[in-house]
Amino acid sequence: MDAVLFYVFAALAVASAVVVIAQRNAIYSAFALVVTLCSLAVIFALLGSPFIAALQVIVYAGAIMVLFLFVLMLLNVRREEDHPAAGGRTLRGVGLALVTLLVLQAGTVLLRSDLRPAAEFDASTVEMAETLFSPQFLYAFEATSILILAALVGAVVLAKKEL
Amino acid sequence: MENPAFVHHAVLLSLVLFGLGTLGVFLRRNVITVLMCVELMLNGVNLAFVAFSRAHGTLDAQVLVFFVMVVAAAEAAVGLAIVIALHRHKDTLDLDAFNLMKG
Repeated sequence: MDAVLFYVFAALAVASAVVVIAQRNAIYSAFALVVTLCSLAVIFALLGSPFIAALQVIVYAGAIMVLFLFVLMLLNVRREEDHPAAGGRTLRGVGLALVTLLVLQAGTVLLRSDLRPAAEFDASTVEMAETLFSPQFLYAFEATSILILAALVGAVVLAKKEL
Repeated sequence: MENPAFVHHAVLLSLVLFGLGTLGVFLRRNVITVLMCVELMLNGVNLAFVAFSRAHGTLDAQVLVFFVMVVAAAEAAVGLAIVIALHRHKDTLDLDAFNLMKG
């Protein structure tokens, strides 16, 4: 049962990721990305990380994607048109070559490695909270609130009319 | 979790997602779609972190995933604000139109 869920949602994640990059209409891309993020949440849960799975749905599929859709609706984005861009072809070639190289390199390394799940694993929300508030990560955790505040102020200043 | 092959396959899936995200960054010309492809790449990395956390039986990688999500939220907020400012300037979202700093 777990294996069926894992591979079904893995296939769904890849398929919707392909739609994200193949779709010319940005709104459809955004909706496909929501599907990818939710499938990944299921895979996180199957890997025994319910806290990250919940964060994925709430923060990513919820907050961040709503922000993206809000901006898409606000700016009234048109469909991407084909036009003979001068630098476009070269850029695409470089991109394709880079990605092929990346996938081949990492694939050969990963196919050899022997990754096995550890016997002892507890990623419950209580354990996660204990780790986050442990002396090792506490200051970094508190610093993220400053980062969020800075991003908030920065976003307001950047999006203001009189820049 | 019963199936021991999950961890390995999750890392392979993360690789595919990261590759697709990279490809999208190069292929698409809409600024917002490019930002979404960056989010896709970040999610591939997150999946690798979760799989490695499962493989090592520790929570350190999951804390890193948490921080990646926080930074991604901040990046999306600031990035989309920049997109709005760009749109106000040029009235388009086509990446080719933003060539002010072309060398």
